[in-house]
Amino acid sequence: MTVWFVPRDSAARSVGADEVADALVDHGHTVVRTSSRGLLWLEPLVERVDDDGARIGWSNVTPDEVTGEGVLSTFVGRVEDIDFLARQDRWIFERMGITDPIDPEDYLAHGGMVGLRAALAMSASDVVDTVIDSGLRGRGGAGFPAGIKWRTVAETPASPHRGEPATAPAHKYICVNADEGDSGTYADRMVMEGDPFLLLEGMAIAAHAVGADRGIVYVRSEYPDAISVMTQAVDIARANGWLGEGILGSLVSFDVEIRIGAGSYVCGEETAMLESIEGRRGMVRTKPPLPAIEGLFGTPTVINNVLTIASVPSILARGSSAYAALGTDASHGTQVFQLSGNVARGGIVESAFGISAHELVYDFGGGTLSGRGVRAVQIGGPLGAYLPSDRLDVPMGYETLAESGGMLGHGGLVVFDDTVDMAAQARFAMEFCAEESCGKCTPCRIGSVRGVEVIDRIRGGEDAAFHEDVLRDLCEVMTDGSLCAMGGLTPMPVLSALDNFPEDFQHAAGGE
Amino acid sequence: MALLAETSTGPGPVLVSLQAVQDRFGYVPAEAVSLIADACNVSRADVHGVLTFYADLRTSPPPDVPVRLCAAEACQSVGGRELKRDWERRCGESAELAEATGADEPVFCLGNCALAPAALVGGVLVGRATVEKVESMVRGSLQGSP
Repeated sequence: MTVWFVPRDSAARSVGADEVADALVDHGHTVVRTSSRGLLWLEPLVERVDDDGARIGWSNVTPDEVTGEGVLSTFVGRVEDIDFLARQDRWIFERMGITDPIDPEDYLAHGGMVGLRAALAMSASDVVDTVIDSGLRGRGGAGFPAGIKWRTVAETPASPHRGEPATAPAHKYICVNADEGDSGTYADRMVMEGDPFLLLEGMAIAAHAVGADRGIVYVRSEYPDAISVMTQAVDIARANGWLGEGILGSLVSFDVEIRIGAGSYVCGEETAMLESIEGRRGMVRTKPPLPAIEGLFGTPTVINNVLTIASVPSILARGSSAYAALGTDASHGTQVFQLSGNVARGGIVESAFGISAHELVYDFGGGTLSGRGVRAVQIGGPLGAYLPSDRLDVPMGYETLAESGGMLGHGGLVVFDDTVDMAAQARFAMEFCAEESCGKCTPCRIGSVRGVEVIDRIRGGEDAAFHEDVLRDLCEVMTDGSLCAMGGLTPMPVLSALDNFPEDFQHAAGGE
Repeated sequence: MALLAETSTGPGPVLVSLQAVQDRFGYVPAEAVSLIADACNVSRADVHGVLTFYADLRTSPPPDVPVRLCAAEACQSVGGRELKRDWERRCGESAELAEATGADEPVFCLGNCALAPAALVGGVLVGRATVEKVESMVRGSLQGSP
């Protein structure tokens, strides 16, 4: 009996993967639920092994295209030969679409635990040095060198929870930020749903490197499938000796807890996340103290994004120099780019840094879904800049994007066609900030509300030149006067819209 | 309450306790605030502060089939605003739909940005959402429920 592989990723399920799997079973087929390849415009993408042992696939399958013989929808041939996939360089996503996410045997058979075994054979400080040498930088957006952060935590002694006596047990924490709230990003979700052991393996490596005994994955509540898979994976990992006392027979003991967010964007900011895990309102903390020195419950804490931690096992397995050789001068390794919005081929592109936004949007993405011209691409989430279509030749990297007035953020690219009203997008950026501000800094809390009003005045043609000055002044105050990126970067989409697409503001001002 | 005995002992218990109460009852009843405050040894004001900070936590029972339409940029780029407008119009025409789905509570990003617009209908994620698809899921869910 043929075995069929059907993704269980929530994006695939959102377009009918469960119904297709049920139909296959009803017709007497055997079904294995795997992760998704990340070729999301093809979902549900159903695969089986051909006579040569290669995976072949059928795209956009519907339940009524399933028969006793197989599947009748569009045949895509060998999945690994699909241009979109063949041109990628997959490190983090190497198992995606291939394995059953919560089958530990499958994980081991496809390269799992090689990185952790390599790390456990090394001294803790050698692991830190390996991560420093790889050039890995934080994938949450700030781009801080991960190994340097780890070294700070490694050099800081463990401490009891804040408020406990000095004789209480001392801890260090590894906190994984899985509060992936940026619109246009879903790579963290796919890693958690599709390869949860990879994340746990990376956390265990970090724990060994810095001497941490506790780990927390803070997952946003909007990701119920990720929460459920991660929770199961933690139990399975414990049962396999991958977490708990004496990991893989070593002296390293480390356990992980899954914590669930409660619908707050700002809790993706690292100090607000700590407040939330401690059970309080998700208000941003002032720095210093750095979380690496005084973080969760006052203990030394590594806070890394999902993709940062998920990069670590393959760096240990394949070597830091192979990783560092990828990318550009200051942005090493691969980035998991996420194509979304009005794009013909939306999905995951894991590629070395240096690839241009143009290649991502056109060569991979195939232009817009609507078939109209691309007008703008927002890179890096709701706090990222809107780049006009004639400036997409910028190579992707932390500094290169910053020099062109944008930012990498979490690697999401949201494509807009020529019907977009950029003044409305600028207004939305302020509206979103007003909705999600934690309220600590006045420029963010009040400035965003005023920002919406001022943009409305400009669009309404009410003394537009004066109000444009007011808006620019307001943006300056927000940028300089906010503790975190929420208020500090909201001006980026607003000003990029105003500078690159002034006609949209004037057009509205003229009245239709 | 046995529920709180479990959630109030770990580190950072207030949010976890509120989430546990909401998981059990569908919302956080007013009387739970002082129970959680006592169990966690904090003031009622502290609990109230947390309860009102987080968008997920609600103080009234949820509708039968909550409908949440993503309001963020990736969904806007393929008609998210129009979907929301049309859905509200549809609910305006049908008192039954409006009552079953409640007021739309904005959600910013469901992580389904490549298959936008995205919606969450009764907890089920929908890609390439249309008014017709959302309505048929709501009606299917209403028929399926006792």
